[in-house]
Amino acid sequence: MAEPETQAPAPAPWPVFDLNQAVLGFADEVAREPGGAHIRRCYACGACSARCPVADHLAGFDPRRLIRLILLGQRDPVLQSPLPWRCSTCYTCQETCPQGVGFTEVLFAVKNIAARAGFFPPALGLQPDILRAHGRLLEITDFENKNRADLGLPAITERPAHYQAMLARFSLKTGEEA
Amino acid sequence: MPWALYLGCTVPVRNLNYEASVRRTAEKLGLDLVDLADFGCCGFPMKSLNAEEALVIAARNLALAQAAGCDVTAACSACAASLAEADHQLAHDPALAKRVNERLAEIGLKYTGGVRIRHFARLLYEEVGLERLRAAVVRPLTGYRFAPHYGCHYLKPSEAMDHFDSPDNPRTLAELIEALGAEAAAYPGLTDCCGGGVLGVEEGLAQVMAYGKLKRLTTLNVNGLVVICPFCNVMFEGQQKTIAKKFGEDLKVPLFFYPQLLGLALGIGQKELGFKLNRIKDKDMMKALEG
Repeated sequence: MAEPETQAPAPAPWPVFDLNQAVLGFADEVAREPGGAHIRRCYACGACSARCPVADHLAGFDPRRLIRLILLGQRDPVLQSPLPWRCSTCYTCQETCPQGVGFTEVLFAVKNIAARAGFFPPALGLQPDILRAHGRLLEITDFENKNRADLGLPAITERPAHYQAMLARFSLKTGEEA
Repeated sequence: MPWALYLGCTVPVRNLNYEASVRRTAEKLGLDLVDLADFGCCGFPMKSLNAEEALVIAARNLALAQAAGCDVTAACSACAASLAEADHQLAHDPALAKRVNERLAEIGLKYTGGVRIRHFARLLYEEVGLERLRAAVVRPLTGYRFAPHYGCHYLKPSEAMDHFDSPDNPRTLAELIEALGAEAAAYPGLTDCCGGGVLGVEEGLAQVMAYGKLKRLTTLNVNGLVVICPFCNVMFEGQQKTIAKKFGEDLKVPLFFYPQLLGLALGIGQKELGFKLNRIKDKDMMKALEG
């Protein structure tokens, strides 16, 4: 068997922390986003970090520390960090939190703000266009429907209605990689 | 009330064995599944970029179900959670529901709530029930042992799932396996995330997350891993060869979608259940369960 490659992902760069650059309203900005409401409930027990499966494998990924950075107004470092996008959305932290912070949802709030500011992984930035065009992330063509028919499965609508209209007004700033 | 089958993006393209086994077991068990032609993406892929856009898309699909007089059953855990969460949020936030319905009005739709959303496995557990499942088994899977993998969005956020099963000590999938006469393995790491959520963003991270469970499975003396989500399947079956090579392991863990096992126990043929599309098979087991 071939020699195994390096097994652990490279540590994620930690956002540079500077209190002189604090944006005092950042926690409130997060709290106003869908899912962000309970960010201030955190009393820093660290149950989220203790059970986070991403933290087990990605050095530098630490939910408790991310919450502190948000509460301390580190707006740019958090929004420009790749860390929020490394959440696997397993909801373990959210189910574990004794304070009901809802950290999985808080991270969605952070990612929404970051996306509006133009920071998001390029691959994710392509998805709205794909949905507009096909109504699904994977395109259905005659080829797929032929495969389906071979297994006795009914044909699927190639372009379900409404997706173009629903997403007509949604646009992303040109992506800066997060 | 009929159940509208929600396939989402991945299952109807990449997991035809899952879909075929859902349809054929449902038919055998007398569940009334219907197809709505305009079901599409559930909205979850949009949530990281804009949660409210994701919610509008989810609500749009619920509105279609409501107009058709159907409840919804989803094969994909991410779809099930996305739709259940949308229903839960709209039921608890009238201002949000008003905003979302203004958007839906633009496409001639309206969602007023009340559509039930069930993952297909939960539907089997709650609507068919273990007793009826046991009674319907004609070919018990006695002597076989499987590791259940619940995945995350089948159970969580538990608030949106009416807390139907425990996120920490889930039982439903193990009981569904046992109802077929097979043994369900209890093992450390039962509720570990597959990593599928980060596959598109950082492949190596997703792979190391899935590797832990695959490695443990080789020590459990099981006939395979039982999944109920296309993303868990991508990580444990689709990525298995790559992961094995990367970590220098000899991994050959067969994967099953639960309805495929159910179908075998109900006497449905392997061809009808799409087993040809399962990439890693226990040939002895499949031979023994033939005919």
